[in-house]
Amino acid sequence: MPLLEVDHLCVTLHTHRGQVSAVRDLSFALERGGTLGLIGESGCGKSLTALALMGLLPDNASTDGSVRLHGQSLLDLNEAGWSQLRGNRMAMIFQEPMTALNPVHPIGRQVAEPLRRHQGLGARSAQAEALSLLERVGIPQAARRLGDYPHQFSGGQRQRIMIAMALACQPDVLIADEPTTALDVTVQQQILDLIADLVDERGMGLILISHDLGVISQNVDQMLVMYGGSVVESGPTETLFRHMAHPYTRGLLAARPQLGAARLPDGRMPPLQTIAGTVPELADLPPGCAFSGRCSYTQPQCRSQRPVPVPQDGSDRHWARCLRPEAMAALPPSGMVAGSAA
Amino acid sequence: MSEPTAVPPVAPHPAQATAPATVSAATASPGFWQRARRHPSFVAGATLTALLIACALLSFVWTPWDPYAMDLDTKLQAPDARHWLGTDAYGRDVASLLLVGARNSIWVGVIAVGIGLTIGTLLGLLASARRGWTEEAIMRLSDFTFAFPAILSAIMLTAVFGAGIVNSIIAIGIFNIPTFARITRASANAVWAREYVLAARACGKNRWQITRQHVLPNILSVLVVQATIQFAIAILAEAALSYLGLGTQPPMPSWGRMLSEAQTLMFQAPMLAVFPGVAIALSVLGLNLLGDGLRDLLDPRLRRR
Repeated sequence: MPLLEVDHLCVTLHTHRGQVSAVRDLSFALERGGTLGLIGESGCGKSLTALALMGLLPDNASTDGSVRLHGQSLLDLNEAGWSQLRGNRMAMIFQEPMTALNPVHPIGRQVAEPLRRHQGLGARSAQAEALSLLERVGIPQAARRLGDYPHQFSGGQRQRIMIAMALACQPDVLIADEPTTALDVTVQQQILDLIADLVDERGMGLILISHDLGVISQNVDQMLVMYGGSVVESGPTETLFRHMAHPYTRGLLAARPQLGAARLPDGRMPPLQTIAGTVPELADLPPGCAFSGRCSYTQPQCRSQRPVPVPQDGSDRHWARCLRPEAMAALPPSGMVAGSAA
Repeated sequence: MSEPTAVPPVAPHPAQATAPATVSAATASPGFWQRARRHPSFVAGATLTALLIACALLSFVWTPWDPYAMDLDTKLQAPDARHWLGTDAYGRDVASLLLVGARNSIWVGVIAVGIGLTIGTLLGLLASARRGWTEEAIMRLSDFTFAFPAILSAIMLTAVFGAGIVNSIIAIGIFNIPTFARITRASANAVWAREYVLAARACGKNRWQITRQHVLPNILSVLVVQATIQFAIAILAEAALSYLGLGTQPPMPSWGRMLSEAQTLMFQAPMLAVFPGVAIALSVLGLNLLGDGLRDLLDPRLRRR
């Protein structure tokens, strides 16, 4: 039985403009020790997916489908049931380490809190455990800094503290929502390495959410590309990077700035490629393929017909929701190997 | 736990005494009292407030004259060596009356703010934690209370239950409730929208734990400041009620009633109005400064400044 199993998850937001499908028909399975990446532009539904998995959706959202952890269905849990689960069996790291720590409590207390709550440790042993966690995530001189407040730490250190908090109760699943987006590039890699080490060490399942292909390519072995609330391509990272079957995935790759890119004959840097247009509002998604308004391969049927998953390379693990696989297949291979994106 | 034990010694240099900033950019953040000592408005506010409390306490053991003893031979005297602040229309010693009146003001402030702060904060936190119709009901109820002019309602309450200090305190306290409920709800809602609350929920805390551990500590400084302001307003409200004859009853001295009695004697003895007026003004000023100072000192983000 997979550790975390998500089947046909749908999230609907009830807004003043009517109902909006923010996440459509999302399915995946995560094994113990497995790593899964969710990638897409802002507003594609990746963060809402994470919140849905944690039961933290805003009040105006409703869910459909099923989420099972060790076979236990989560979506029909009540608030008390969720409280038991969150922090204990599923934990989450947030994007903004600057705002995700409470400014009025010392960090030692904040890290010790879930231990006292879920494992019933006393104040002293929770504090000792917090200390060893902070040492594990690499806070220098952790013992001296237990009484310090969040504003006395740098962004990278705060994210380490968040990780320590999330790991306190040894969760089975760790959800990292853009854990490095707010950090310096130099610190990013350290944090990602730390997460990778900890996932390895503790055999957790990791769901890594990012808009950065480089981050995803190096850190997960299975990935979902999301656009407009639905998964447009899914597969093992390596296979997917070798053969990108959806125009959106290709667009994402092409839109990455590249260090050391060849200069044009006149000495200028080549212009950065972009995906034309902007992400449509979830309320105004086209009736057919969500990407049809921005795709260069769009044909009339794309605008009217909703694409179904099409297996790629004869493998049922790699698929894409595109009505024009032949156009994609005719393109040269994407020329990028997983792991080389940084 | 929150205050590191190793506090760097701060040189008591006079030039630094007035400059709270950049004095100790040392390794550990200085403790509360170290920072408090260098905060000018906190020092001024605390001194004035301490003075008010000291006057009230002193009046229990000593007053220059018996505050209730009338002596018509020495009525309406200007301040001199015998009667430091002069005497009133009945020949009572004004200094003694002011000392005893301080008790009254503190009593009113503490109880009225206590009622408003406790009930109002609880209601505000409840509204913010539950949202939905609970919030709607609590807030509309407080709007309803706000719609009545407070002084008019206090007059109504004292008219129904009888004039007197206890009833006027309760009336003032009741009208503090919506003030605290509103400010609590507004600041608590802002805290609920913060990411660290989401992070706390992701750690498995329920809404009451979040209210206690995250919301309340983060709005505490707002409440402390509001409490000192309401304390000052309560003193003024009691003075107003006593002025109207609905608060403290004679012969119990009250600053507000001293003011109202002085009004009729404005031209014969103007100093009679000045002293209780100054006493009220200084107490209110002291409490407001204290509140300001506390707000700065209680905010961990402003430490090390």
